[in-house]
Amino acid sequence: MTLDVAPKPNWFARIANPSQFLGWSRPLLWPLTILTAILFAAGLYFAFLDSPPDYQMGNTVRIMYIHVPNAWLSQFVYGVMAVSALGSLIWRHPMADVSMKAAAPLGAVFTALALYTGSLWGRPTWGTFWEWDGRMTSTLVLLLIYLGLIALWRAFEDQLRAGRVVAVFTLIGAINIPIVKFSVDWWQTLHQPSSVITPDGPRMPGSILTPLLVMMGAFTLLFITLQLKSMHTEIRRRRLATLERQRAAAAEGAK
Amino acid sequence: MDLGPHAVFIIWAYVGVTAAVVALIAWIVLSGRRVEKRIAELEAQGVRRRAEKTT
Repeated sequence: MTLDVAPKPNWFARIANPSQFLGWSRPLLWPLTILTAILFAAGLYFAFLDSPPDYQMGNTVRIMYIHVPNAWLSQFVYGVMAVSALGSLIWRHPMADVSMKAAAPLGAVFTALALYTGSLWGRPTWGTFWEWDGRMTSTLVLLLIYLGLIALWRAFEDQLRAGRVVAVFTLIGAINIPIVKFSVDWWQTLHQPSSVITPDGPRMPGSILTPLLVMMGAFTLLFITLQLKSMHTEIRRRRLATLERQRAAAAEGAK
Repeated sequence: MDLGPHAVFIIWAYVGVTAAVVALIAWIVLSGRRVEKRIAELEAQGVRRRAEKTT
């Protein structure tokens, strides 16, 4: 009788083990890239050629098709980082650290773009590029949190220790996410309240909702693709660090 | 197409987002390549992880 001593890796190992993770997720990159490009092409077509100007805002409504997806990602990416932080602190999941580190610069860029497009939309619509209201101020704070976390990653030589510290600060910073989300309901503000997900359904016609949803899908896939690629690079960067140490140790031994 | 009196805001919003996204993609692809190149260099010099030496 023979015993099968090498069981097939379960799903947790397939996500947790860096080499396993590289193995199954690398072939996903190209299909994801192509799908992202197709969605962007469709989204831009709808945004410029197949959607009407808004009856109040006119053509500036087209800024919404890039503003809302970036604003959504600014919060979604933080959600991904917060879940990774839990994975890192509770299960010591090695990929969770990698995911946290890869997501931070992506989140920072999407948040900066949400602020940038927001202010370009605000000028013709509200008459001002910037207003210190709840939504804008909390989004600016979110950007500063992202930048702080990136700086924290760079402050530690030992990335395992950095991961622990960053995870704690990521969870502390997560308190800002509901503030961003509900700021438009809590305070009197220039910024309009939610208009896609409401109890009464979307408060906009299909001709404007379609480009918005397609662009949100495109930006979300863009994030997933870039996140995966960054995670691959981070895994390889850690491998490189091991090799560098190996070489240094060998050089030391040869003396 | 005619984007109306506020065309400049719409165009700059799209130009800015496109530039930032292209730069982000380039940064991610290039840093990936840089790491792979360095690993290849070290491996060419015969540096291996300890686990691989025994096999």
